[in-house]
Amino acid sequence: MKFEDLLHRCFRCGYCKLTDDYDDFNCPPHMKYRFESFSPGGRLWLTRAWLGGDVGTSERFEQILYSCTLCANCVKHCIFPFNEDLVNMFIAAREAVVEAGTLPPAVRDYFKALRVHGNPYKEPAEMRGDWARGLSVPTYDRHEYLLYIGCVGSYDERGRKIARAVARVLNQAGVSFGILGPAELCDGNEARAMGETWLFEELAKKNMALFQARGVKKIVALDPHAYNAFTKEYRKLGADWEVYHYTQILAEKIDVLRPLLKVYPTAVAYHDPCYLGRHNGIYEAPRQILAALPGITLAEMDANRGNALCCGGGGGNFFTDILGGGKDSSARIRIAQAREAGADVLAVCCPQCAKMLDDAGKAENPEKRLEIVDIAELIVRCLRKEETP
Amino acid sequence: MDIYESLCDITGSDYVSRQQEEQYIYSRDSGAQPPRRVDFVVMPGSVEEVQRILILANREGISVTPLGGGFTLSALVVPQKGGIVMDMKRMDRILEVNEISRYALIEAGVSQAALRSYLKKHHPRLQHSTPEAPPTVTVTGNALIQGHGHLTPRYGLNSDMVNGMEVVLATGEICKLGSAAVTGSWYTRGPIPDLPGLFIGWFGTTGVVTKLSLKLYPRPQYRNVVVFSSDDVDAIPEVIFELTQLDLLEDFFLITQEKPDWMNHIFYVVILSAHFKEELAMKKRIYREVAGKIGGGKTVKPVDDLHPALRTRFLDVPPKAAVAADFRKGGGFQYSAAILPFNKVPAAWRKGIEIAHAHGMIASYVHQVLTCHSIMFGFNYSFNRADEADIQAARQAVDESNRFTLDIGGMIWKGEAEAQRLVMKKMDPNTARLIEKIKRAMDPKGVMNPGNWELPQ
Ligand SMILES: Cc1cc2nc3c(=O)[nH]c(=O)nc-3n(C[C@H](O)[C@H](O)[C@H](O)COP(=O)(O)OP(=O)(O)OC[C@H]3O[C@@H](n4cnc5c(N)ncnc54)[C@H](O)[C@@H]3O)c2cc1C
Ligand code: SF4
Ligand code: SF4
Repeated sequence: MKFEDLLHRCFRCGYCKLTDDYDDFNCPPHMKYRFESFSPGGRLWLTRAWLGGDVGTSERFEQILYSCTLCANCVKHCIFPFNEDLVNMFIAAREAVVEAGTLPPAVRDYFKALRVHGNPYKEPAEMRGDWARGLSVPTYDRHEYLLYIGCVGSYDERGRKIARAVARVLNQAGVSFGILGPAELCDGNEARAMGETWLFEELAKKNMALFQARGVKKIVALDPHAYNAFTKEYRKLGADWEVYHYTQILAEKIDVLRPLLKVYPTAVAYHDPCYLGRHNGIYEAPRQILAALPGITLAEMDANRGNALCCGGGGGNFFTDILGGGKDSSARIRIAQAREAGADVLAVCCPQCAKMLDDAGKAENPEKRLEIVDIAELIVRCLRKEETP
Repeated sequence: MDIYESLCDITGSDYVSRQQEEQYIYSRDSGAQPPRRVDFVVMPGSVEEVQRILILANREGISVTPLGGGFTLSALVVPQKGGIVMDMKRMDRILEVNEISRYALIEAGVSQAALRSYLKKHHPRLQHSTPEAPPTVTVTGNALIQGHGHLTPRYGLNSDMVNGMEVVLATGEICKLGSAAVTGSWYTRGPIPDLPGLFIGWFGTTGVVTKLSLKLYPRPQYRNVVVFSSDDVDAIPEVIFELTQLDLLEDFFLITQEKPDWMNHIFYVVILSAHFKEELAMKKRIYREVAGKIGGGKTVKPVDDLHPALRTRFLDVPPKAAVAADFRKGGGFQYSAAILPFNKVPAAWRKGIEIAHAHGMIASYVHQVLTCHSIMFGFNYSFNRADEADIQAARQAVDESNRFTLDIGGMIWKGEAEAQRLVMKKMDPNTARLIEKIKRAMDPKGVMNPGNWELPQ
């Protein structure tokens, strides 16, 4: 296994479970299951035991491995120099499980759907662009940016709404962009996260060939997961495009949008998606947008930026739900944190976070005192009137 | 119902495991001791659940080992005779902070991190005495092993800061100890017979502590560190004596490490705190003056250019001592912790270096002066967890250090099973029998963490 020589370095001291100032636990599976085996250190020690044959392959072992959301809280808070490789170690362990051919059924189904249908929703490729129906969104043709949507924005109902809002706002900001529509392919970030590195590389190569053939130079990603794959992993395979998350483009264009906005008085907490924040260090662009929306006050949660609690959807859990729900699920705890901060709206900028938190809100926030709204949707609400591009 | 089903019935099946993964993780700690068998792990969520588990254990004659953070490094939370590990971390509520009487009432699973952060947020003028241990360890586990924190040199051991407890006896009765037994308020430990003493230092052999009332202290705004260095090992007792003669320090360490070269001296690290800037400046000045006079001005010299790593190492609360502990970068660390009178330090200092070298390691020390009466002298052994021979060497080095400690008239703190055997063997026989009698009275079936503090056969 890759990184095998680092596993024994973990002291199991547990700094990695906490936030910066030790305010709270912040590792989703550990918060939910509480056993030490579900902590980052427990996972590393068990992986080592599994490789050494002291622990056999079992449903529990796989649950422990795959309930990790790869949120990188441990990367940020482990105090040892090998911390930067913690997520890589967890992915390598999953790769080893994939190689051994013993997978949790939900993970196996995900891979199968991706291989057979090109997306985990088992929907036809022709439907990929349907989210844009009725909007003025052109097919990419040497526009300045390719707007890359990804599987969740293309097929999930909540994701599609967000994709529409992003496209509308980009139009309002006068951004030149197009989409690939039915030709778009999965970015493969979650396949990689679940240990199917080979499938990921296959998808990455196809995407790279496609982008090259279409003359893509700059990409705007809707989904931080895709943003992560394009900026970090594709680069390792030779890609050299400029990649942005949509909030970065909108933050840059905020002066263009400003005259179009009306006052929308509401208190907003912002949830940092792990793949934008901890994985890629983008904390300010979304906040700059929120700060520019008239009437909006930012009600920061204590756990923000590098200390943000994951929504529970990372590492493939959005699709597999191996982490699971319930009152100790991180999504529900996150909702409670936003309410404690006094927010009316919990702003997100990731379709996976939006869905996870929406679902958790149904249990944690039944009276709907807190709304989960994507930043693009929030801008749409603030638009006086929409200009036709 | 079998034991597993009964445990599930008590806590719900989510919080019980007899699976190989939990058995593996709970059968070993981060120190050098070999793993031991665990049959079940259970995480109770309330005192009633603890009570039901102990009644069950009594009925079935199965052992119970309470676990807080599990970080003594001497495997005290790994059962010696199999059975149930009772992980207390779900009982993590801070129940009360009484600002005016300066105490906190917490459940047994509350971590150092949680209490510290809660106080910082809600009672910023108060603090508790925090050990150098990782912040996930429990306040209760630390107090129960007579641990020491950053306020220990000034106010005493963390176990001395216990105001009262709620305990579940091995036989299932729930008792309140301290003023809460009489008044309903947790503000003082006496003046009645000192029952918390029946649970402090006993390694979970007398019952399970479910709540702890802990003394809090004023939190000064300013902290700083003054450091002196010396190469005179024989002068250590005198230097400690002189620096603790002044009643002004908050915390006090002696450190050294053979590599890098700049660390290869005796460093006296004095941590000062103050409510006012002028007060801090005055304390700093006084310490430099006092230190400057020791041994006619020749024994120690002030360190003006303190390495920034050392500054944060000692000023962070809790400090990131785990990084320093892993000085061989192999993920393993155990120390033999000796509680010594000051005059025994030079001999221990030399012996520790000798033992480290004999096992192919470099010497690295962090000793904390506990009050102005004794010192926690750590014989530190860092090892490579991936190398069985290295683990054995660390284990051997710990054992040699323990024996040396007893030979020179020191005490072993939180010793592993073998260290406890050495202590019990050396103990006055009547005292050892008294311990045995108390254990038998409190735990007639012998289910509470058996194997600890046992009479030598
Ligand atoms: C790098 C490093 C630095 C350290 N520095 C310090 C330091 O400065 N000061 C210090 O004191 N220690 C220090 N330690 C040692 C140790 O980590 C701490 O003492 C720690 O606070 C012990 O608490 P715990 O929760 O881990 O106890 P545990 O190991 O979980 O338990 C200790 C003992 O108490 C029993 N027990 C636990 N909870 C209960 C309960 N509720 N009822 C009955 N019995 C119970 C257990 O069975 C066990 O015998 C350090 C350790 C490391 C690794
Ligand atoms: S991952 Fe790092 S912080 Fe976490 S237990 Fe291991 S060594 Fe400690
Ligand atoms: S990546 Fe996140 S979920 Fe996974 S072990 Fe680290 S902190 Fe826990």
